[in-house]
Amino acid sequence: MTEPAAHAQDPRSDPWHLAHHFTTPRQQFDSGKLGIWLFLATEILLFSGLFCAYAVFRANHPEVFVYAHLYLSKPLGALNTLILIFSSFTMASAVRAAQLGQTRWLVRLLAVTLVCAGAFLCVKFIEYKAKWEEGLLTGARYRPEAPPPGADVPKEAAIPRARPAPKPAPVDGLLVERSTIAPAAVGPSGLAPAWLAGEPAHPPLEWRGPEPYNVQVFFSFYFVMTGLHGIHVLGGMAAIGWVLVRARRGEFGPQYFSPVDFTGLYWHLVDLIWIFLFPLLYLIT
Amino acid sequence: MTMTGLDTTPPGGIPHREDNYLTHRRGIASWLFTLDHKRIGVMYLVTVLAAFLLGGIFALLMRTQLLRPEGLLFHMTPDNQDLAVYRPFNQLFTLHGVVMIFLVLIPGTPAALGNFVLPLMLGAKDVAFPRLNLWSYYLFVAGAVLAVVSILVNAVDTGWTFYTPYSTQTSGAVIPLVAGAFVIGFSSIFTGINFIVSIHKLRPAGMKWDRVPLFLWGLYATAVIQVVATPVLGMTLLLLIVERLFHVGIFNSYYGGDPVLFQHFFWFYSHPAVYIMILPAMGVMSEVIATFCRRDIFGYRFVAASSVAIALIGFLVWGHHMFPNGQSGALDAIFSVMTMLVAIPSGVKVWNWLATMYKGSIVLQAPMCYALCFLFLFAIGGLTGLWLASLVTNFHVHDTYFVVAHFHYVMIGGALFMFIGGLHYWWPKITGRMYNETVARIGCLLLFAGFNLTFFPQFIMGTHGMPRRSASYMPMFELYHVLSSEGALLQFLALLLIAGCFVYSLCRGRKAPANPWGGTTLEWACPSPPPHDNFDRPPPVGRPYDRAGIAWNDALGGYERKEKS
Repeated sequence: MTEPAAHAQDPRSDPWHLAHHFTTPRQQFDSGKLGIWLFLATEILLFSGLFCAYAVFRANHPEVFVYAHLYLSKPLGALNTLILIFSSFTMASAVRAAQLGQTRWLVRLLAVTLVCAGAFLCVKFIEYKAKWEEGLLTGARYRPEAPPPGADVPKEAAIPRARPAPKPAPVDGLLVERSTIAPAAVGPSGLAPAWLAGEPAHPPLEWRGPEPYNVQVFFSFYFVMTGLHGIHVLGGMAAIGWVLVRARRGEFGPQYFSPVDFTGLYWHLVDLIWIFLFPLLYLIT
Repeated sequence: MTMTGLDTTPPGGIPHREDNYLTHRRGIASWLFTLDHKRIGVMYLVTVLAAFLLGGIFALLMRTQLLRPEGLLFHMTPDNQDLAVYRPFNQLFTLHGVVMIFLVLIPGTPAALGNFVLPLMLGAKDVAFPRLNLWSYYLFVAGAVLAVVSILVNAVDTGWTFYTPYSTQTSGAVIPLVAGAFVIGFSSIFTGINFIVSIHKLRPAGMKWDRVPLFLWGLYATAVIQVVATPVLGMTLLLLIVERLFHVGIFNSYYGGDPVLFQHFFWFYSHPAVYIMILPAMGVMSEVIATFCRRDIFGYRFVAASSVAIALIGFLVWGHHMFPNGQSGALDAIFSVMTMLVAIPSGVKVWNWLATMYKGSIVLQAPMCYALCFLFLFAIGGLTGLWLASLVTNFHVHDTYFVVAHFHYVMIGGALFMFIGGLHYWWPKITGRMYNETVARIGCLLLFAGFNLTFFPQFIMGTHGMPRRSASYMPMFELYHVLSSEGALLQFLALLLIAGCFVYSLCRGRKAPANPWGGTTLEWACPSPPPHDNFDRPPPVGRPYDRAGIAWNDALGGYERKEKS
């Protein structure tokens, strides 16, 4: 944590950025810091719900994840990882520039971070567009044109194949006598250990054989997780843009840099979540 | 330190100030854009009470339906044998649950009373992030508006738990309602962050952790749950929305999903959420008991630590909502034991309150009457919770009125009674007016009677197998249902009386002194109503329930603390 020397100054001078209900800038800075860390904790917990669901499904259906992840482009994912890591570096440097009062560097570094965030979303858009075109979508919209590269799928199980048009009709009220839900293709085995469930101890590392059931679930996770992360990137861009405007006005210096600091912390979290998403989705084998 | 620096100070007392937070600025904009925690608290209070009225009307309609075994409002006729005639009843219990939980109980004590009282108890000028505080109020309002939109479009009939798979299929407007709950969740998170930071960073120099008033300990434990649990609910509701929009198949088994996963996620939040509702109420309880028994609270450290213990254990018990719902026997047993553990810190609290009352000089003013009701009702609610925690009885009474009665004894008899009790307790501070003590006591008595008349028969019919959420029933349950409905009406009348008492006090009530009850915490050390900045200078801090020097002053019409010379 950074300890600005200026915070030790006479608290009675009441600088412009000190809110009326704080006694000292130090108290204000510490409050903001605790607040942003708590907020980051809630963000992690928000994603942890998704990670938890991911863990349950992957434990139940490892074959789906092994098979479907072959559709994803490792080079593009890696490129995005590098972009985000670099942007975290520029963001951290921006915080340092703000602390040292180097306004011009601060503006430049924030601008680079913003560009990196934009580049990340562009790459993401290219990936989404490809998935859309190849029919790799959620639920009933999963209608792939071909098996993924690297999967050894026999010809007789070739895709596309006839799929039912699964759209359960909405039911009104209490039609208890008939359920519109078809039975699941493969029953869940729960979180029982593999030896108890009578399954092989380790999921296969490469795919041979026909396409497994319920591959669409992988793409549900892919789109929900990366989509929510993308929304966070957009939020981060808004925050960085706002800090950039204020930095150009010369508002930040050794005395007051908390908005830069807090935006930076948030940006690192967005980066960190991607660092988890990348291996979980792209690097399964 | 004394307050003699002010001109109008009566000897040793706290001055009545013409300029207070209500008169500081005027006009509607000064309220809508205020950053003052007191005004935001009052706005929350008004919104919560409006929602309470709405949720109460839904409850009354339900109880009216259940006056007859075949249903008084909606029932089948020889021409119309379609079960769908009961759909409005399903919408009623859904809306009653959603409104009462998300719009009344969760924000009631923490956001409304807590916002007003927390900075005052800290001797601070505001919460740590006043702008965030206003944001959370407007997020709350936005969520409430979304909920109302869903009612107008096509009211949801899933029950407040939104269980999949039904919630992914019903034609009801699930998306606006769930989006509303999602937004309210963020409001709750921001309030939680604000409170945690305020309690950590804005405590005055002398207020060590063992001098923090117990209401703040309650709010602190609540805020921890809000911050830790609510994001998971946010994620769950978001997944439910995308499930309906894009059929992602995470909860929908037709697309390979797992509906039971929804229940796990939902209860991971919603069980700790009941502690969000009860912990601040327990905080109010500690304040009221200490004040009206004229004693230092017995076992301060244990009462404070038990709040945190309840918050922590509360995270590990969610599976007890799902005993018969496809959990392994091992999980059932673990959740059963964990659930029983909650009884320990709850019991610690109850015994400490009783020990505080023992040999105290108890004053039966209205807040204390509510506290006594709380002890009685919470004991019944808590002990029946142990029945539900043990697997044998749970399987028998699962999804019966027994669960409904247990829940209402804890949530209404516990959380809501202390919300109303706390409202009486801080009413003079909030409005600067005293309510009529006699009418308030009668209101409390009627509410207590009406409450027990409503919910005690539900325990009995629950053990006899009356299922919950049913719009009709077998004639053998008619007596219990009729008693229950009459009790609901009595509660409604009691609440009208209480509301009338409050409104009357606004118009005709006598001006409140700074400290009408002899309270010892810092909010009683500023004028009633407090000025815009709360305190002219940081008040002196001692032990929170130190009664040394507290004495009645006829000239003030209230209590004052005589300083040691």
